[in-house]
Amino acid sequence: MFAFAVRRIIQAILVMLVISFIGFAVQYSIGDPVRDMVGIRVSAADREALRDKLGLNDPFMVQYKRFVWNALHGDLGTSYFYSKPTLQIIAQKAPATLELVFATAMIIVLVSMPVGIYTAIYPQKLFSKITMGVSTVGVSFPVFLTAIGLIYLFGVELNWLPSYGRGETVNIGGWETGFLTKDGLLHLILPSISLASIMLPLFIRLIRAEMMEVLETEYIKYAWAKGLTRRRVWLLHAFKNTLLPVITVFGIEIGILFAFTILTETVFQWQGMGFMFYEAVERSDTALLVAYLVVVGVVFVLINTLIDILYGLINPMVRIAGTK
Amino acid sequence: MKKLLRLFAAALVLTVGLWSTGCDKKEEKKAEFKSAQSGTLKLALDADPKTIDIQEQLSGGMLQFSHWAFDPLVRWSQDMTFEPRLATSWERIDDLTMRFKLRKGVKFHSGNPFTAKDVVFTVKRFRDSADFKGLFEPFEDPIIVDDFTIDFKTKKPYPLMLNMITYVFPLDSKFYSGKDDEGRSKDAVVKVGYSFAKNNVSGTGPFKLVEREHGVKVVMERFADYWDTNSPGNVQKLILTPIKSGATRLASLLSGDVDFIMPAEPQDFSRIKENPNVNLFTYTGGRIITVQMNQKRHEALRNKKVRQAIVYAVNNAGIEEKIMKGTATPAGQMSPKGYQGYKSSLTPRYDLEKAKQLMKEAGYADGFEASMIAPNNRYINDEKIAETFAAMLSKIGIKVNLKTMPKAQYWDEFDRQPADFQMIGWHSDTEDSGNFYEFLSMCPNKETGYGQYNSGNYCNKKVDQMTLAAQTETDSAKRVKMLQDIEQIMYDEAAYVPFHWQNHSYAARKGLNVAAIINTMNFPYIGDLVMK
Repeated sequence: MFAFAVRRIIQAILVMLVISFIGFAVQYSIGDPVRDMVGIRVSAADREALRDKLGLNDPFMVQYKRFVWNALHGDLGTSYFYSKPTLQIIAQKAPATLELVFATAMIIVLVSMPVGIYTAIYPQKLFSKITMGVSTVGVSFPVFLTAIGLIYLFGVELNWLPSYGRGETVNIGGWETGFLTKDGLLHLILPSISLASIMLPLFIRLIRAEMMEVLETEYIKYAWAKGLTRRRVWLLHAFKNTLLPVITVFGIEIGILFAFTILTETVFQWQGMGFMFYEAVERSDTALLVAYLVVVGVVFVLINTLIDILYGLINPMVRIAGTK
Repeated sequence: MKKLLRLFAAALVLTVGLWSTGCDKKEEKKAEFKSAQSGTLKLALDADPKTIDIQEQLSGGMLQFSHWAFDPLVRWSQDMTFEPRLATSWERIDDLTMRFKLRKGVKFHSGNPFTAKDVVFTVKRFRDSADFKGLFEPFEDPIIVDDFTIDFKTKKPYPLMLNMITYVFPLDSKFYSGKDDEGRSKDAVVKVGYSFAKNNVSGTGPFKLVEREHGVKVVMERFADYWDTNSPGNVQKLILTPIKSGATRLASLLSGDVDFIMPAEPQDFSRIKENPNVNLFTYTGGRIITVQMNQKRHEALRNKKVRQAIVYAVNNAGIEEKIMKGTATPAGQMSPKGYQGYKSSLTPRYDLEKAKQLMKEAGYADGFEASMIAPNNRYINDEKIAETFAAMLSKIGIKVNLKTMPKAQYWDEFDRQPADFQMIGWHSDTEDSGNFYEFLSMCPNKETGYGQYNSGNYCNKKVDQMTLAAQTETDSAKRVKMLQDIEQIMYDEAAYVPFHWQNHSYAARKGLNVAAIINTMNFPYIGDLVMK
């Protein structure tokens, strides 16, 4: 376990270094942050003076070294737009995104598992056929369209659900949560459904396909022959064995969900990291961008580590291979 | 079958349940409307103010905020005249000096009284701001005559004195002076990093800042000691939320989550007009959208006839109708109506036959190829306008290779001048024609800074001369003549391609008298807004 942890930490540091380097390299093509800071009639000389003051005119390696050195001291720079430490801003925005992704993941897990199993067991039933048809459409529907459609249906026409923002939040030790108020939960419904709509069809299809394959195997036939109950065969023997590839994909897709929060959060004015990233690109707030990339890199490493541990719990063979 | 029935029953229960919660929600909505009557205005903007230090950045959004938390000495009225605010009257003493009488009994949000000292402090602080120091370059420091009388002096005779005074929103000098706990000067203007003024505010305006979460919301309450007791405004509480996506902004208005949105997007106009519960308001703005033709880069564009042909090929009215959906005023010149340089005879000249004829006369009957760049998120429908422009030019044989990019990258590109056609929109900071020519039409000159955004490299000594002369001409009639002559020359020489002046657009729920508080500057005076 210790060796595993050390390996992971080294991996995380490497990832962060690479990401920050790439982030630093591409920031020049994103645009000049000074342009967004000043009005259009400010002279070129004044802009240049400001660039000098901010250290933006230093050579690339000097800037990068300064960044890494400060990062080692826990300072990932100051946002050009917010005028505050980038880490502080990201920490402020992170709960919103994490809660959104968590709610979305819950929807995906709770819906895709029963539906996937059902459609695998009863492929000929009407419900299965409809689900498969709808999921094909769902996969090919862009998320912002789903989001706008939901807003107009439930927000404007029916007026059941709020159309933007996070609603009322409660602060628990610096974590602004929307899970504890009715208003916060109502605000969460549409964004999380929109976000789930991207992944849900994929998972239903994945679970269904895996499950169908497992149901054809010899040991399931043997289980039937032994006269085990249907529930036991389906859920314990068949479903558990479909989980391994599903979890692998889930780990990767959760990361991709973070990427999709950019669109979803922008449409819903959800004050999370995705929306923050989108605005930072638009304002060429490069300091915030690089910090965000580094933080997301850490999150990815963490998620993958968790997934690896989960593997071991589900399939002992992996655990054995890991301890060698 | 039984199972199916059970499923159906479950679905039915679910729907009814949802429906009933929906009804509850509607009753809540009614309750919210009541709260609206007690004076809370929920306003959704595309972006919230970048900072609350009103001298840190010169931008439309910051000036809007300035009018809510502060008051200027004078402000523009709807008919483009000057309305007294913290200055009650003014008179010219000599060519260089204007004397202002200040309002008595005005209090800042901090409780400090307002005097001439605050005005001097404010003007001096402009000099520390990269954004404002250029604008106030013509000014000397003001001179205090007594507590409520002040003389504004300029270095040279300056006809735009009052225009510039609209930018003077007196700051609370006592509040912003001295050092904070960590020994930092409170009056510092800082672009990136901490400053006192970024986190604290004290103005004289109708609204006092109560709460601000940057990028999330701003809450302001009506200032109890506000001096303007004659204002009909009855907004007691102002809640400002940024909603970036235009569709979501509109949805939040239609669902009753907010009362007032700005801006409303052209593609949503028909939806707003169809809805009986909301109103659409538009107002002519002063921002001219143009394309510059780079004479240094492209041989053909040096030819006056080619430039004229291009102007003749552009169907301004068509763009206004099809792309802008009526939210623009087709333009044949830079100065919008009401500006001194506006000349009513200079109208758009769409005539395809004439354009083709001119191309032939210029020796380009077969046309030519040219490149173009335009932003895609800076002006209303900028990308679509650029595409249409390219399509229109193809009719006279000019093949345009268009590249569009986000504004974050556009301005550096614009300065590099990598293309023959470059789009630029301009709003005059001084609400005066001269500003257009100084930046867009004068011969580019690195030393003086004139022609800073003239990427067409159009250069006419006469235009330069007259623009400079107009800067110090205090005889209004003479000045009007000069500015109109400049417009005429540029019109005749087809110095650039004008499209239209952008309109401002707003939408609000019924009962908000928005029409009375909007103006060509896009500064809705929410302090004076009447809500029913």
